[in-house]
Amino acid sequence: MKTLFTGLSNTLAWLLALAWIFPLLYAFWAAFHSAEYTTHFSLFAPIELSNFYTAWQQAPFLHYMVNTFAITTLTLISQLIVCTLAAYALARIPFRGRAVVFSFVIMQLMVAPEILIVENYQTLAYFGMIDSYAAVALPYIASAFGIFLLRQSFKTVPLDLENAAKLEGCNLLQIIWKVYVPLAKPTYLAYALVSISTHWNNFLWPLVATNTENSRPLTVGLSIFGAPESGVNWAIICAGTLISIAPLLVMFIVFQKQFIQSFMHAGIK
Amino acid sequence: MIKSHKTQAWLLLTPALILLFTFTYLPIATTFVRSLFGYGVQMGSQASSENYVRLIEDEVFWQVLKNSLWYALVTVPVSIVLALSMAMWVNSKLAGKSVLRLSFFTPTILPMISVANIWLLFYSPEIGLFNNVLEQFGLSGINWLGNPDTALPSLMAMTIWKEAGFFMIFYLAALQTLSPDLYNAAKTENASPLYMFRRITFPLLMPTTLFVFVNALLNSFKLVDHLFILTKGGPNNATNLLLYYIYENAFSFFDTAYASSLTVILLGLLILMALIQFGIIERRVHYH
Repeated sequence: MKTLFTGLSNTLAWLLALAWIFPLLYAFWAAFHSAEYTTHFSLFAPIELSNFYTAWQQAPFLHYMVNTFAITTLTLISQLIVCTLAAYALARIPFRGRAVVFSFVIMQLMVAPEILIVENYQTLAYFGMIDSYAAVALPYIASAFGIFLLRQSFKTVPLDLENAAKLEGCNLLQIIWKVYVPLAKPTYLAYALVSISTHWNNFLWPLVATNTENSRPLTVGLSIFGAPESGVNWAIICAGTLISIAPLLVMFIVFQKQFIQSFMHAGIK
Repeated sequence: MIKSHKTQAWLLLTPALILLFTFTYLPIATTFVRSLFGYGVQMGSQASSENYVRLIEDEVFWQVLKNSLWYALVTVPVSIVLALSMAMWVNSKLAGKSVLRLSFFTPTILPMISVANIWLLFYSPEIGLFNNVLEQFGLSGINWLGNPDTALPSLMAMTIWKEAGFFMIFYLAALQTLSPDLYNAAKTENASPLYMFRRITFPLLMPTTLFVFVNALLNSFKLVDHLFILTKGGPNNATNLLLYYIYENAFSFFDTAYASSLTVILLGLLILMALIQFGIIERRVHYH
């Protein structure tokens, strides 16, 4: 009875896993075979790379990739700086109104910038910043999640270390940089991975904030490229899709363990 | 040289606060103003409830609201149940569990836009995979995304596939903190796996479930990327969701005033959920 239950449960687990990975495997299959095999599976169909070549010709993927990379990096670096400073103040400096400021930060967790697309677009248009990397990055830089995570992490740093650094003659920024940042390394790594995957995948806000190939990221480029009315065949769309997810997918497979652990770490904090 | 702690604190907070006010708090305020004073893209000088009256009379709005609630009502519980099952499998002694974990989690890491492209191929009426499978069984194909009855459920299926692995991670983290003592004690009593789940695992995971529930709920209102690829809200608004309708009104119909009044509704829903979450966090997180 018990072994039957376990056996059934294990079979179910594998079936579900297969269902979960299947769409990706299918996209791989379709991308490496000519269009006629997209819907007619044949085990010995010849493998070809022409879909990738055609996709690469039809959309400026390299340009999109550079844009995505630039936006993701710009966002992450600015987030790390801004959130570190704010987190230190909220974790270690007693001042009046700290609780109020902290709750203002936390409330932002509920209202993501993409909810406010109408007003955020108006603001950036007013400053003439639409269609720039900064326009895509700016609304996300004061990340409530980042401030919260780093604040929790800074709170665990022993005060003695800070006092020792003060005796050595470090100023405030040096204390943060030399004491707090190194000790919070695991938190920084976790946050960085979550932020990179979020911003690499983000769509709605970049769609609104960009309008030419100068700043358009992969996701937005792909949505234009993949539109069925553009008459591109499925094998080519699959190839384009794989091109656009390849960097993140490779990174994920290489750092799989860290990736999942960082999500876990970030999730429970 | 900065003298007082107070000044230091405010200086450190300045960049974050300026950005928070510019991109979150000020926009929330101007959304209200625009919903009351705006018409189209213009701003009037007289406050009017016109946008809200229109909202009440707008059948599409009610349909969109209904869709959004249904979408949440189905995708959230199903994703949670699947996430919990996945986490328990991945946490058990099952051989090859790292492969399972990788399979369950991979959709999470991919952009919604990319996976929607792949799913569009599955759902397409003539060459789509789902209809090919149905044909093998002698059944006639369904126009999954073109039929108002099946379009929203089709979107839900894809959302569940995309989200469940993400919520699995929260459960996995929680499962790993559970003490094995309880299970050993239960085993000596010869308790069945089902009994152990009902009496030990599930009650101890309750705080995680609440946390995941609220996050899943918030997510279900924010995530609309797949609509751009799969249905564009159609057919006949059968799959239109609140945030997509806001986007449509603001950037396709150029009616930012009406989009603002819709945003107010969405903000109201999110704030309601935030209050629930604060209630939960209050009970489970203790600040030192």
